[in-house]
Amino acid sequence: MMRMSRYILVGIIFGVTMYKTEAVSWFRIFEMFHFQSFHMYGLIGSAVALGILVVQWIKRQHLKSVEGKEIVIPEKDKSWKRYIFGGFIFGLGWALAGVCPGPMFVLLGAGYTVFVVFLLSAITGTFVYGVFRNKLPH
Amino acid sequence: MVPEFLIEIRDFISQPWPWWVGGPMIVLVMFILLFFGKEFGISANFRVMCAADGADQLADFFQFDWQSQGWNLLVALGAMFGGYLAAHYFVSPDGNMAHVSAATVQSLKTLGFDYEYGKVPLVLEYYDWPYLFTLKGLLIIVGGGFLVGFGARYAGGCTSGHAISGMSALQLGSFYAVIGFFSGGLFMTYVLFPIIFG
Repeated sequence: MMRMSRYILVGIIFGVTMYKTEAVSWFRIFEMFHFQSFHMYGLIGSAVALGILVVQWIKRQHLKSVEGKEIVIPEKDKSWKRYIFGGFIFGLGWALAGVCPGPMFVLLGAGYTVFVVFLLSAITGTFVYGVFRNKLPH
Repeated sequence: MVPEFLIEIRDFISQPWPWWVGGPMIVLVMFILLFFGKEFGISANFRVMCAADGADQLADFFQFDWQSQGWNLLVALGAMFGGYLAAHYFVSPDGNMAHVSAATVQSLKTLGFDYEYGKVPLVLEYYDWPYLFTLKGLLIIVGGGFLVGFGARYAGGCTSGHAISGMSALQLGSFYAVIGFFSGGLFMTYVLFPIIFG
């Protein structure tokens, strides 16, 4: 029970953060893609800047996880095609829907029940990718 | 009777959060998950949900030990609780608003969103059941959702997995993915929005 509740707690911190920074807002994403405010760039940029320091610190300290194993961050593929092509398609959806996967869950919880359809559409998208994966350039 | 200091804490949290609070909070989430031996990435849940629904019978991409990914579903469940808490107990003093810039208010007008400065809602009006049966609503909800789910898995991650986790670990693939995210977003915003909303 302890092991389960800690992940729910992390999710709560994440959800409140997404909502209170207005990252769940279609209009904030719209503003970001128009370069009309520093807000979203500051949000992602400060997270990446601080994140780089944290990851470097983890590596240098050979920090161990709670289970006592050294923390290793899995390497991504060395190719570029899947990232550019997949990323482009994701970007189309991000701008159109105004939500990335995290905020979909946050807004569903906030009471916007139509996000059930949003999530089903996203799951369908993932399913279609899984079926046609072998035919796509990676 | 609720103690005074709890009300003060609630009012403090209820203010709109600036980016320099949000960014470190996201890193805190990433760090806690790394410390638990996991990697922060929300869209991986869509793959788990496919596999749990039996998609492993249809494509080998869904044949993985999805039961070991239960922790990530719990993070998503927590995000839902977080959204509930924020929307019900931590609403900003001026209501559920997106505090976008004056320039954005002007740009929104060209697409037919007629809001005054300071009165732009946090949540898009199309996020409602009746709009699901209009062309724009269907495009945004079903079309947008599909593209996000398809693209995130094709790219191997979304904003949390690539823009935050991957870039923090200086992974080249994640830099490419973020270039892809922005190219797609700009194409939608500048080329397709005038057609969709025009």
